[in-house]
Amino acid sequence: MSDLKLSPLNSRHVERHSRMVDFAGWSLPVQYEGIKPEAVAVRRSGGVFDISHMGQLFVSSSTTGAAAAALDQLLTSRVSALKPGQGQYCLMLNATGGIIDDLIVYCLTADSYFLVVNASMVTEDSDWLRQHLPGDVVLENASEQFGGIAVQGPESAEWFATLQRAAGEPNPVPLPKRFGILDLPRSMGRFLVCRTGYTGEDGFELFCDAPLLGLWWDAVVDVGATPAGLGARDLLRLEKCYPLNGSDLKPDRSPVECGLKFAVDMSKENFIGRDGLVRQLNKGISHRLVAVRQTAKAPPPRSGYTVLHADQVVGEVTSGGVSPGLECGIALVWIASGFHSIGTELMMEIRGKQFPCQVVKKPFV
Amino acid sequence: MSIPGNLRFAESHEWVRDEGDGTVTVGISDFAQEKLTELVYVELPEADREVSAGEEVAVVESVKSASDIYSPVAGTIVGSNSSLEDDPTLVNNSPYADGWLYQVKVSDSSAIAQLMDAAAYAAMIAE
Repeated sequence: MSDLKLSPLNSRHVERHSRMVDFAGWSLPVQYEGIKPEAVAVRRSGGVFDISHMGQLFVSSSTTGAAAAALDQLLTSRVSALKPGQGQYCLMLNATGGIIDDLIVYCLTADSYFLVVNASMVTEDSDWLRQHLPGDVVLENASEQFGGIAVQGPESAEWFATLQRAAGEPNPVPLPKRFGILDLPRSMGRFLVCRTGYTGEDGFELFCDAPLLGLWWDAVVDVGATPAGLGARDLLRLEKCYPLNGSDLKPDRSPVECGLKFAVDMSKENFIGRDGLVRQLNKGISHRLVAVRQTAKAPPPRSGYTVLHADQVVGEVTSGGVSPGLECGIALVWIASGFHSIGTELMMEIRGKQFPCQVVKKPFV
Repeated sequence: MSIPGNLRFAESHEWVRDEGDGTVTVGISDFAQEKLTELVYVELPEADREVSAGEEVAVVESVKSASDIYSPVAGTIVGSNSSLEDDPTLVNNSPYADGWLYQVKVSDSSAIAQLMDAAAYAAMIAE
């Protein structure tokens, strides 16, 4: 237990009697009042999540265009097409086209980029990048210095303005556009605001020097955001079919198989993993990640449950939960091609019994 | 945290109420329901099933986990709380009354007295 990293907001979580869990080496709240009410609050008005565990990497170069050119090789989006202030969801692939990590890359200036990566992948991503970046491109891992919160929900943008007014700012800066970033260097330290999140709601993620994070958390809670834990975050992202690396995404699964082609710019002539994707696009794929909904009362779907068709195993649940919006079990399932079409009736095996479910359109809500 | 004095408790946090007619009602303690967090599904045993003490007989599931419930005593299942199928949160909101799980016709009623009393259970969870 003592090896777990503590968030800069740890004392606040303890004060709120949140239930703490070990997540990617961090001690983080899985819930405060309850997973369902927290998830519902985010969809209805807004919530705030501690995302201090997420990794922050800066990639820059003093050689004009070198950082963008290098990232174009290492990530699936056309990084060189991003203008300062713009960001994009993308993937880091291995040589065969499998997914190392999913991340968001933001362009800060023409020669410096900000990457927000999964907590469990900070070391692996940094090593991979360092291994492949040319000598004139520098990687800085700022994950230890930075803390972060995600404010998510329909009221987030209004809260952002309220926060600034409360801090004495007569002319509040509006949030950047969707997937955009505001880099606000302040006298007290660096302060980045991104119009992103992983709940499917409007909102922003704020990253700053760890010791300052508590003030922002308190201010956001004061304006009305419901503190929400990892449990609600997991449910909300699952309802939107946003994949979780390590569960839904793996190094032997490609974006073609995982339904993430939208995050890959195949018009780029060269990037790591491209050949593997071309092969899959030409030859077809044997498995894919689909959305499955339970169609009768059943125990909640959980990762690892098998999915059957006519008593034959055809798939496995990679993420599961009960949707508060739909009030039924929902899951992402790694399924054999041929059983992936929308409407396909399947059975999920739970403790030796079979329960009916069906492939449905993404997202669930 | 409530621990009614008229109940007996198992180390695995089930409570047992002696109905005085050779049957017991079984549920989970207030402490256990709070640890489990809000339940989203309860799987109950079929009637007439023979169970031994310590056998897994039910499953309670929260958003994050599925947990086995054991029978504190040996006997035959004679009933279960079907209202939990529609509202599993009864276990959270009323662990000792409306949230009961199942009833057992006990094969040896002396087994009930061997379970912990409220004071012993309170001491155990305080550890």
